Amino acid sequence: MTKRSFNFGMTMKQNAAFVVAFAVLTVLWLLYNMLHPRGFSSAVLIQNTNESVVIVFVAIAQTLPVLMGGLDLSVGAVMTLTNCVASALMSGSPLQIVFGAFVTLLTGTSFGLLNGLIVVYGRIQPIIATLATGSIAIGFALFIRPQPGGEVDGDLGWALTNDLYELVFTYGWWDADASWFVTISWIPVPLLIIVIVSFGVWIPFKRSVTGRTIYAIGSSESAAFMSGLPIERAKIAAFTLAGFFAACGGLYLAIQTSSGNADISQAGSYTLNSIAAVVLGGTSLLGGIGGAIGSLVGALLLRMMAFYFRIMSIDPLLQPLIEGVVLLTAVSLGAWRTLSTKNRLQLFR
Amino acid sequence: MSSPIMRLNSVSKNFGATQALDNVDFSCESGSIHAILGENGAGKSTLIKIMSGVLQPSAGSLFVADKELKLQSPTQAAQEGVVCIFQELSLVPDLSVADNIFLDSPPKSWGLIDRKKQGEGAEALLARIKCEDIDPSSLVNELSLSRRQMVEIAKALGKKPRVLILDEATSALTSQDVETIYGLLGELKSEGVASLFISHKMQEVERLCDTLSVFRNGQHIETFKKGAKSDSDIVRLMIGRSVDAQFPVKRPMVQRPERLLVKNLCWENQLRGVDLTLGKGEILGLGGLDGQGQKELLLALFGVLRGVDGEVSVEGQFVAPNSPAAAKSAPMNIALVPEDRKTEGLMLPMSIADNLMIASLDRISQGPFISPLKEQQAVEDGIKKLQIKVGSVDHAVSTLSGGNQQKVVIAKWLRTQPDIILLNDPTRGIDVGTKQEIYKLMQELAEQGKSILLYSTDYAELIGCCDRVAVMYDGKIVSELEGEEINEEAIVGASLNIAENMSTRSQGAAI
Repeated sequence: MTKRSFNFGMTMKQNAAFVVAFAVLTVLWLLYNMLHPRGFSSAVLIQNTNESVVIVFVAIAQTLPVLMGGLDLSVGAVMTLTNCVASALMSGSPLQIVFGAFVTLLTGTSFGLLNGLIVVYGRIQPIIATLATGSIAIGFALFIRPQPGGEVDGDLGWALTNDLYELVFTYGWWDADASWFVTISWIPVPLLIIVIVSFGVWIPFKRSVTGRTIYAIGSSESAAFMSGLPIERAKIAAFTLAGFFAACGGLYLAIQTSSGNADISQAGSYTLNSIAAVVLGGTSLLGGIGGAIGSLVGALLLRMMAFYFRIMSIDPLLQPLIEGVVLLTAVSLGAWRTLSTKNRLQLFR
Repeated sequence: MSSPIMRLNSVSKNFGATQALDNVDFSCESGSIHAILGENGAGKSTLIKIMSGVLQPSAGSLFVADKELKLQSPTQAAQEGVVCIFQELSLVPDLSVADNIFLDSPPKSWGLIDRKKQGEGAEALLARIKCEDIDPSSLVNELSLSRRQMVEIAKALGKKPRVLILDEATSALTSQDVETIYGLLGELKSEGVASLFISHKMQEVERLCDTLSVFRNGQHIETFKKGAKSDSDIVRLMIGRSVDAQFPVKRPMVQRPERLLVKNLCWENQLRGVDLTLGKGEILGLGGLDGQGQKELLLALFGVLRGVDGEVSVEGQFVAPNSPAAAKSAPMNIALVPEDRKTEGLMLPMSIADNLMIASLDRISQGPFISPLKEQQAVEDGIKKLQIKVGSVDHAVSTLSGGNQQKVVIAKWLRTQPDIILLNDPTRGIDVGTKQEIYKLMQELAEQGKSILLYSTDYAELIGCCDRVAVMYDGKIVSELEGEEINEEAIVGASLNIAENMSTRSQGAAI
């Protein structure tokens, strides 16, 4: 038996949407840094990644239900709820802070689990189930924080929203000026958080039977059933993991802003932006195609637009209009497939 | 005689008031190939669904290797070594071939899926069924229907079955692959695997199976060794009455005025210059091995394909079929009964009435609104004409048996009053009785002056039904056979594009 060699062309073709999104992001990022007066500096990177963490996590949370062909309208609300929880618990002794972070993540995860149980055992469409639970989440959030406020440990906030140097310096783990450390001390902590959490959770998950089942459900639920896959378990797992990622977003927002805010319109716009990011990252709304890393890229693309507004001093009144046009154009790129397919029957498969 | 590997003891199954299986006793032996015959609706599908854990019996018990089992899921059945290759494909289109083959039980290392090992395993299984051309990392939706079916078979083999159930598994395959499967079943037999084989093709059953069981109306009628009964006896057992010849008597050959003329039709590299004429009231068969451009030809004529080159004229008028909407209206008036009735032919969750009328809504409308009265009349008329067996026309079309579903597809297109009817393997996977009705219907339509272009993978059908047969090879028509020339040797010869048949081509072209 001859060993089949890795087929680069095919891999590129199968991930075309993701590859394009990634290429566009790279180009936009380079251009942005060239235009920026302090481009390619650690400070700019820190600021950019700081402003991206929350939407990245919420977009990854949204990816899981979308891969199954559903939508989770509660991700923004769960993020807001966990933000409020964190703002109440994340101060005091180190042990209290760790406990607070744990409870925050647990809150989001159990909320996701609840979504999953309702969808699977209540047999309710995800979109309507999560519309309702999202409202409930906001209700809890308002209960915890009727007014914006709260407190998060200042050292932690400083350390996690700057570069590695500040992290090490704040906690005095070792000499932050050590020569071996200089080469990596410029790396922004938020960037590391994004990479470690999203890759660290997503890659193993995608390679598990549960993860693959989620793809199978989105692609053809009947085939998944006939193949004897654990469909119910996978659905519950998907929503649970979505809750976890939303909680990561909420936790970081609390650390970043040092407060909690049960802002209904903020929750809504995070949910809608998460859907946009998922689509921009190459995940099909019909399910079965895409992944969390794509959504990460998609979320960064969305944020990139805001960065451009800033350096190009675009009138804030014009920004939504431009955002809409750019989004529409970007998503339309996906339609090239419908123009190049010679057998139109295949468009519907 | 060895003890049976699988045994059913007075198994019954009912869906509401319908008795799908009625007190069935059944057993099959290790190391045998056992055919299950019966018309659609005889209970075969229910039987295998119970055996493979998809359905649970309402009464009775099931034994595998003398152990009583209550199978709750396909997974549990697979663990007991009962594996089924379903007629409706159980593949996930957006995952890779290797992912699909090991979908529910992938090889793992450290609790995660080991993709390297999985790829190698998939390759070994594909090699066993001589499908080295399939790349395990390609997506299933990039493969043709016949390749997908082979992946399905590889997937079943990967579960190391003791009992392998094949439900119409060869109906979508190319003749080459069918040979491979025959060989494989022989191998499995010598390894002691029991294969249960469901097929509507008698030749296949005769050639392959050693034991036959006939089902009718949910009951197990009889089991016997191969050769114990003649074909006509078996058919009589299946339908419970004697049947006339399978095909209607052929009509005499006459010169027919030309309706459809196709010249040098090209598309991508799958159609390489097709020349074709189709007369009024003629049934023209399209033959050849699977994948020689027959399906693409039908799709091109129906306006599905983009970038088609060549001339098409209907009644002497040049036409350009740009879309199905254009193809079905004047001046073309073409209808296509598509390859896959479940996705392209029907909207399964919609009602029978909706499906029947969906292509001809303009004919029953007044202004922008659909007239309920006209609709009701049209539906009744369509159902009566094709003798579709329905409880109520408001039921979802998915509740019908395969044969009746296909009749709905045909009836739907007859509502558009087509002049040219393209049929893509219309009898695939449907029962003998319905097949005969479809043959008769084709002839009636031809007599009314409709022109029929029939693509079939069943040579007997081409021989039995067609006035003329055009055999395709590599995107071209290589031979046209007429009258007495239409026989199995000639079609097979032309399909393989064997040189001596080239002489018939010049004859055919002259007509």
